[in-house]
Amino acid sequence: MSVPRYWREMPYRIRLEARKCKLCNYVNYPPRTKCYKCGASEFEKYYLPQRGILLSFSIIRNPPTGFEKTTPYVIGLVELEDGTKLLTQITDVDIDEIKIGMELEQTFRRISEDGDSGIIQYGIKFRPKYLKF
Amino acid sequence: MKRVAIISYGMTKVDKHWDKSLRRLFGEAALMAMNKVNIPKIDAIIVSNMCASDLSDQNNIGTIVADELGLTPITAYRVEAACGSGGAALLTGFSLVSSGMFEVVMVGGVEKLTDNIGKMATFSLGKAADAEYELFYGATFASLNALLMNRYMHVYGTPREAFADFAVLMHRNGSKNPYAQLPFEINREIALNSEFIADPIRLYDCAPIGDGAAVVILCPLEVASKYSDSFVEIMGIAGASDTINLGSRDDLLSLRATITAANNAYKMARITPADVDIVEIHDTFTITAAISLEDLGFCERGKFDKLLNEGAFEPGGIVAVNPSGGLKSRGHPVGATGVYQAAEITMQLLEEAGKMQVPNSEIGLTHNMGGVGSNVYVSIMRRAR
Ligand SMILES: [Zn+2]
Repeated sequence: MSVPRYWREMPYRIRLEARKCKLCNYVNYPPRTKCYKCGASEFEKYYLPQRGILLSFSIIRNPPTGFEKTTPYVIGLVELEDGTKLLTQITDVDIDEIKIGMELEQTFRRISEDGDSGIIQYGIKFRPKYLKF
Repeated sequence: MKRVAIISYGMTKVDKHWDKSLRRLFGEAALMAMNKVNIPKIDAIIVSNMCASDLSDQNNIGTIVADELGLTPITAYRVEAACGSGGAALLTGFSLVSSGMFEVVMVGGVEKLTDNIGKMATFSLGKAADAEYELFYGATFASLNALLMNRYMHVYGTPREAFADFAVLMHRNGSKNPYAQLPFEINREIALNSEFIADPIRLYDCAPIGDGAAVVILCPLEVASKYSDSFVEIMGIAGASDTINLGSRDDLLSLRATITAANNAYKMARITPADVDIVEIHDTFTITAAISLEDLGFCERGKFDKLLNEGAFEPGGIVAVNPSGGLKSRGHPVGATGVYQAAEITMQLLEEAGKMQVPNSEIGLTHNMGGVGSNVYVSIMRRAR
């Protein structure tokens, strides 16, 4: 992956910045030019909640290039506290213990590497919720 | 708008065609279609393909196939909508004939997935998903479909065996198809014990990787009898899209693009699902078969396993599903799959399907899907006399 391509998505992938529609309040994540629900194009910056529950998951045993070191790993669809959904990896969990409906929280992690001399890509994964708030 | 007929079809066996190039494979399917009928001219070729840029180092596929057939300087170009490319090409071809822009249009799909080795084919196919927000996290195409399957089983309590049983049915159908990549029968145990691809999806939930080409030839219905004694009419056809990212979908238990495309195609054809005798649906994975049959109106939500058990998806049931064996057994030469479906439905309606023939079929439907339901095409054909 080229550096600009990685770099320009950082606000959305690392800070989980979204665009909240000023007209209908729908949270567009990843951001869009026009709102998915109402078509408006006025947004305010919005940060996604840090916790959610697991809607569904899959276990990857034959990884794409760049993901070999962490195989097997879990891909999950997470529903955040505000209802926004996000697809990412679920980490710090035994594969046998992962369950639909489990409570999760976000954690900053290495996602993949472009070989020995390429860039290292970081982003947000989710892990079982340990801390009570 | 002119009414549009399919006057001929051709296809190759789906296989690992090591000895045939992209252009030769297309040529074989096109020749079969052109030899069946008395066509003095082809005015345009619309070709569908997904992976040639990655796997065969080739773009400009329209020119490649027009040149292969000695048809230059006619208009020829490629349409791409991931695994839905074939359906998209059919819609384009339909529109070109229907509008009066061209009279005789060849719609063909071709895919050479075996021209590259190792992970490249999987990588190329994965590009149907969102590169920045799905593939970035290490998701594979199978794993995205696995999210649907896990959710489906969780919500409806559907037994795992039901999905294996669908694969068994597809292989039974495909065993009668001379063009199928995997023309053999399997049993439930083989499917249930096959290796994990992306849990809970196992090998026998997945379409295989193979090469193939299929062609249909379209012209206005009013002149179809000039060229051929037997033909079908495309009564309805529609496409639809959905969000590229699964995270933006309202739920994982239905694919909105299928519902939209199907409703529009039914409306255009002035029929309901009950009128349909045979379908070729896009069962890339067994879970997409379950959800698609529900979205197309052939199955009540969550009742896939029950109806499958009752034989509802076999001849004599609610609708005969994938007499070809579907993507599971006929195979899934991705960009060509939608054209295979149109060719197979035409073959069935013309009663030329040999051992695969579903008797007394008047109305057939094709359902072709790109990505995880992010780009869908539905067409409805009727036997014309
Ligand atoms: Zn809005």
